Amino acid sequence: MVGIEIDYSEVEKRLGVSRRTFLKFCTGVAASLGLSTHAAVAMANAVADPKRRPPVIWLHGQECTGPTEALLRSEQPSMEHLILDLISLDYHQTLDAGAGHQVEDIKKKSMLENKGKYLLVIEGAIPIKDNGIYCKIAGETMLDLTHEAAANAAAIVAYGSCASWGGVQSASPNPTGATGAPQVLKDKTVVTIPGCPPNPANFIGTVLYFVTYGKLPPIDDKGRPKWAYGRLIHENCYRRPHFDAGRFANEFGDEGHQKGYCLYKLGCKGPETYNNCPSLEYNNVGGGVWPVGVGHPCFGCSEGGVGFEKPMFSLADVKTHTPPNMFPAIETREASGTMTAGAAALAGVAVGAAIGATAMGAKKLDEKEGKQE
Amino acid sequence: MKRRDFLKATLGGTAATLCTTAEARPNLEPAPEAVGMLFDSTLCVGCKACVSICKELNDMPPVTDNEQQIWDSARDLSGETLNVIKVYKDGDAKTKDAEINGYCFEKRSCMHCVDPGCVSVCPCTAMRQHKVTGIVTHHADVCIGCRNCMVGCPYNVPQFEYNELFGQIQKCQMCNQAGLERVDKGQMTGCAEVCPTGATLFGPRKALLQEAKHRMQLKPGEIYNYPRGDVSKPYSHHEKEVPAYRDHIWGEKEAGGTSVMHISSVPFDKLGMPAVGDRSAASVAETVQHSIYSFMALPAVALAGLTYVVRRNTDDDNDGGES
Amino acid sequence: MSSHKAIGGRLFTAPFMVLLVIFLIGCFFMFQRFTSGIGSVSNLNGGFAWGIWVVYDVVIGTAFACGGYALAFMVYVFNKGQYHPLVRPAVLASLLGYAMGGFGAFFDMGRFWQFYEIFLPGNWNFNSVMLEVGLCVAAYIIVLTLEFAPALLERLGMHGLLKALNKVLFLFIALGVLLPTMHQSSLGSLLIAMGHKVHPLWQTLHMQPLLALLTALTMGFSIVIFEASTSAVGFGRHSESGLLSKMGKVIVGLLLTFLLIRLVVLMLQGKLGLIFAADFASLMFLLEMVLFVIPLVILLSSERRSRGGQLLIAAVSMLLAGSLYRFNAFLFTFNPGLGYSYFPSVSEIMITLSIIALELMAYLILVKTLPVLHREEHA
Repeated sequence: MVGIEIDYSEVEKRLGVSRRTFLKFCTGVAASLGLSTHAAVAMANAVADPKRRPPVIWLHGQECTGPTEALLRSEQPSMEHLILDLISLDYHQTLDAGAGHQVEDIKKKSMLENKGKYLLVIEGAIPIKDNGIYCKIAGETMLDLTHEAAANAAAIVAYGSCASWGGVQSASPNPTGATGAPQVLKDKTVVTIPGCPPNPANFIGTVLYFVTYGKLPPIDDKGRPKWAYGRLIHENCYRRPHFDAGRFANEFGDEGHQKGYCLYKLGCKGPETYNNCPSLEYNNVGGGVWPVGVGHPCFGCSEGGVGFEKPMFSLADVKTHTPPNMFPAIETREASGTMTAGAAALAGVAVGAAIGATAMGAKKLDEKEGKQE
Repeated sequence: MKRRDFLKATLGGTAATLCTTAEARPNLEPAPEAVGMLFDSTLCVGCKACVSICKELNDMPPVTDNEQQIWDSARDLSGETLNVIKVYKDGDAKTKDAEINGYCFEKRSCMHCVDPGCVSVCPCTAMRQHKVTGIVTHHADVCIGCRNCMVGCPYNVPQFEYNELFGQIQKCQMCNQAGLERVDKGQMTGCAEVCPTGATLFGPRKALLQEAKHRMQLKPGEIYNYPRGDVSKPYSHHEKEVPAYRDHIWGEKEAGGTSVMHISSVPFDKLGMPAVGDRSAASVAETVQHSIYSFMALPAVALAGLTYVVRRNTDDDNDGGES
Repeated sequence: MSSHKAIGGRLFTAPFMVLLVIFLIGCFFMFQRFTSGIGSVSNLNGGFAWGIWVVYDVVIGTAFACGGYALAFMVYVFNKGQYHPLVRPAVLASLLGYAMGGFGAFFDMGRFWQFYEIFLPGNWNFNSVMLEVGLCVAAYIIVLTLEFAPALLERLGMHGLLKALNKVLFLFIALGVLLPTMHQSSLGSLLIAMGHKVHPLWQTLHMQPLLALLTALTMGFSIVIFEASTSAVGFGRHSESGLLSKMGKVIVGLLLTFLLIRLVVLMLQGKLGLIFAADFASLMFLLEMVLFVIPLVILLSSERRSRGGQLLIAAVSMLLAGSLYRFNAFLFTFNPGLGYSYFPSVSEIMITLSIIALELMAYLILVKTLPVLHREEHA
């Protein structure tokens, strides 16, 4: 139940959007989270209430700023306002107006003032080799900065593959020891939103959930929100019927490729990558705008051990979880000719009758012979 | 007394021959240009493209009469399914190709035996093995439906269409039956062509055996360039780490050998392969049968002896044998 | 005057009516088989392609029909003329048994409308045991028909034809000894090609034909005892125990030979341990042995051998043993592979019972209307 009346005029002014756009946005996020319109209303509530804007400390390590850029490149014109007014972004190296020591001081002040209340977002990998000297900001190693910021954070989100598991920096031979945040912050719960870059909707949805309910959505053993990363790309890919029927593109540009056949033989890593790319696609332009949709095999950018590790065009392992029941077991047969009670009874009666008749006959014969003598 | 001795000799000789194991018919040898297939279970990802294409090429309907009513989910070979992918599961089945707590896929279709039991037992020559290609085909036009081929096949491959009134035996014919003739036209079997990982390879049996032996010799973890399609002229390759194969090529020798061979990392008895030795049962049956009936010599001799004896005995009565 | 006489009497007795009902119920399912296919009336499947129709109706049924065969040996090869009165009823039972076996085979055929293909020389595969069985059984049915024809010809009063037939009958009698020897042994040979699917205790490979033949012969003699006993009880005739007890001795000889060979073969093949494995197969083997030993015990005793009741029990036990031997090999301990199972459906069983009923009804009718049973001098 909504506690207070949402003052839409206030929201419209602050966020610079119409009430309609605002509610559409909340409903959309709730839907992609797999939640009901009830949740949408709760989210609208959270956004509308100016008091419930958590402070956010956003760290950057070894990264290309792709995730942030993806967030900013959203098509809906007011998105950046929406996001940046949803939260109180107290520290962001790309978006901060200021620079230098001033900004670093603001960060430290915010972390102190909002102890236990701020959301920590980490973008980029954390190098750990040689005490982490391969990435330093304002004279301090990313490693130290991460530990410092994580100490009193209410929640930690690793945004992007680099922060989730190391990303491109961690490709063999990984000279800097680039690592993901969960591996550095072993005793903390770290939500990971992998992808290179990830779909910003995955980030927004998770953050909005947190803002609304004060807790994180269900996550898997790698910290990924299950609502976005619970399925393999292979499970939702629109080209799956082609895979199942054996229709594959063998070379770029061949007939199969032109017809939009499955890209498995070209090395698509969809069968071993968990993400929701086939459902949400990218760039908000609709119409199949995602790697496979535009004809290039997925390379597993969000999956540790796959992206930047397995060769682009080598065949993926097909992880259909443990084989589903749709595969018959070795000993499964078509028709089964099992015994029914009726059949067993009938057979029993027939045999019994034969034996009974014999016994009777034998007795009668003995009697007859007795008489014959 | 003459009659009794003659009789004893005839019966004794018959019994002796019945007991003999002499002049055994050995296993047939593979035809020099026999074609076959190689199924590598470690490459199979369970995509079931081979099942789909087999249905399409052989005009087979989908099987949907299972409990869950799932489209085309055959449980096993049948009158409507000539090729099926089955799964081996153990424990939590997390690791592909692991025998313990693992899973792997097994392809089931006609093994195209080198010494086919079905061909040996069929009374009407409705099952035939091609002299050159070694492909085993069935011919419904002369078949009486006795289903001896079904009991004589170690792999239970031929399947009778029990649900059709005018049913027939169905089984894989390597896409080379009359009307399809892919092998004759220089093409490969549908399953080999469509397999995305090269788990099913087509080609000369000799070359396939060579390929299988080569894979056995590779070190697990090594990168190997696996061929796709026809082993003698692959249409593409892909690189993959070599798994730990079981050092056993199923069909090299089993029951006389098969043209469709399997390799895997899980022992074959767990993949449903039968407990057969190297001798084909058909060769033993033929040995026994021919020992007794070769040229119908023994029966002819026996008949001559019996006729003589019976005539003698029935001549003793008035009408020459009132029965 | 003929030494045989139709026994006359009412046709539609109570037992006959019971058989008729069974037959008619079976007819319903037989009709279904010929309109909706084998799958609609049976539990045959991919692993068990041969069920009770093949194993009982053909394999066991024809073994039950070896009465004529057994007697042909006694009367026409070993010249024991005293058994002559038993010949015609035995031949009738054999004819009916083989005819029903042939019908059963036809009924079971998946492509029954092409049944003639097995008779076309152009199709013959001489490696096939089944070919030999099919041709031999078909030929034997013709032989049995000719062997039984005199009874019909007598009834019809066609003495000229009868005399002509009797002149050449020796050839058909000789065939009537050769042909069953061939196909009854081959019915055992059918098991060889089934290889590992047949349980090791029954897969004696090269010994299959001999063991099958020995049991078929003993079953032949046993069925003669059975027929004679049931005739005595059912039709109120004299007990033939005096005659039959000597046959008992023959059975003992054959049975001992069979058991010896069976056990020696199992020993040589290293399979004796399986007998005591305490699994289903070992239990069935032991049951089979018990059924073989009961007649042995009864018939070894000259006192028991001379009593009709005991002879009947011995005969039936022998018939059950021979049936179980075949049932075990082809069906009960048959293992085609993981996951297959088979038990006949109700309709499947009814069809088999119906065929048996038809055979019994035909026997009753023919014995009452044709000179089959020998003329008795009533005391």
